[in-house]
Amino acid sequence: MLQQVINLISLWAIPLLLLVILTVGLIKKVPLYEAFTDGAKDGFKVAVNIIPYLVAIIVCISMLRASGFIESTGQILSPILKCFHIPVDTVSVMIVRSLSGSAALGVFSDIAKNFGADDYATKLAAVMVGSSETTFYVLAVYFGAVGISKFRYALITGLLADFIGIAAAVAVCNFMFL
Amino acid sequence: MNYIFYFLIVLSIIFGVINGRLQEVVNGILSGAELSVKVAFSLIGIMAFWLGMMKIAEKSGVVAFISKIIKPAARKLFNEIPENSPAIGDVTMAFTANAFGLSNAATPIGIKAMEELQRHNVDKKSASDAMCMFLAMSTAGFQLIPATVIAVLVSIGYPNPSEIIAPTLVVTSVAFLSAIFIAKIFQKFWQPQKAENKTDNKIKAEVC
Repeated sequence: MLQQVINLISLWAIPLLLLVILTVGLIKKVPLYEAFTDGAKDGFKVAVNIIPYLVAIIVCISMLRASGFIESTGQILSPILKCFHIPVDTVSVMIVRSLSGSAALGVFSDIAKNFGADDYATKLAAVMVGSSETTFYVLAVYFGAVGISKFRYALITGLLADFIGIAAAVAVCNFMFL
Repeated sequence: MNYIFYFLIVLSIIFGVINGRLQEVVNGILSGAELSVKVAFSLIGIMAFWLGMMKIAEKSGVVAFISKIIKPAARKLFNEIPENSPAIGDVTMAFTANAFGLSNAATPIGIKAMEELQRHNVDKKSASDAMCMFLAMSTAGFQLIPATVIAVLVSIGYPNPSEIIAPTLVVTSVAFLSAIFIAKIFQKFWQPQKAENKTDNKIKAEVC
C-alpha cells in the first residue's frame, strides 16, 4: 500500500510541476515558448562553465579511490567500529558517500547482493546511502556554476553534517534493526 | 580549497605507493577527467530544459509566490538576501525538488538559485553566508523517499523495502537540521567576506 503511494508520488511529481508552471504561465499571459527558449539558452553555458571545477574534484576523488585509501582507512578504523556494531563493509559506504554518488550506490549494491536482504549491513548501508547527498559533487557543481573558488565554511559544514548523519544512521539502525 | 586540493592528490599518491597501486592512481586521472566531462555534458540537455521551465515560472510569478510563502523561514536562514528577491523562491524550489528526489530537476534549479544568490554576493570569488547556508541544506540532501535505494533493495528481493523509509527520514532530518545549525554557528565566527568595491558595499548597506 505504502509502496504504491510512493510510486504514485514519484511518477506524478514532475508532470504536476510542469502542469502548474505552464498553466499559471498561460493564465498570466507569459509568452511560454519564448520564455522557455530564452531560459534554456543558458543550459550549455552553465554546463561548460562547471567543467574545470568538476575535473578538479572528480579527478582527485578518482585518484583517491584508485589508491586504496578507502580500504586502508576501513581497516584502521575497524576495531573502533566493532564497539558500535558497525559491519566493516559499511565503512566504505560512509567514506565514499561524501565523495561520489555513483560509487556509493555501487558499493551499496555490492553489499546488498553479497549480504542479502536479512543482513544488518544491508539495512545500515541503505539508510546511510538514502539519507545523504554527495557533498563534494554538489559543492563542485554549485560553486563551479557561478565561478566561486573560495568555499569558506561550506565544505566543513557539509562534512560535519555528513558525519552527524552517519552517527545518526548507526544509532537509528541499532535501535530499529538489531 | 587550495590545501584540500593539494592534500587529496598527495594522499592518493602516498596510498598508491603503500598499496602498490600507483599505476591505478595514474589511470584514475584519465578516467576521472573523462567522467567529469561526461557528467557536464549529460547535464546540458536537462539543464536547458529546467532552466527554460524556471524562466516561465519566474515570469508568471510562481517563484515570487513561493518566496512569499516561505518568507518567515527564509528571513531567518538567509538574512542577507532581500525579502522580495527571486533567489528565495529558487532556493525553495531547489530544496523541494531535492526533497521529492527529483535530482534531474534539482541540480539545474539549484544552479539557478546560486546565480540569484551570486547577485547579492559582495565578493564574487568567495561564497556568501547565504550560499554556504544553501549548500549546507543541499549537501545534507534532505529527501522524503530514497527512491534509488528502494529500487536496489527491490532488485535483490528485499521483503519490505518501505521499512527503510522511516529510519532514513529520521536520519536525513537530523543531518539536515544539524547542517543548518552548523552553518549558522560558522556564520557568526568565520572571518567575514571582504567587499570587492564601493558599489558592492552600497548593495550590502541596502540589504542591512
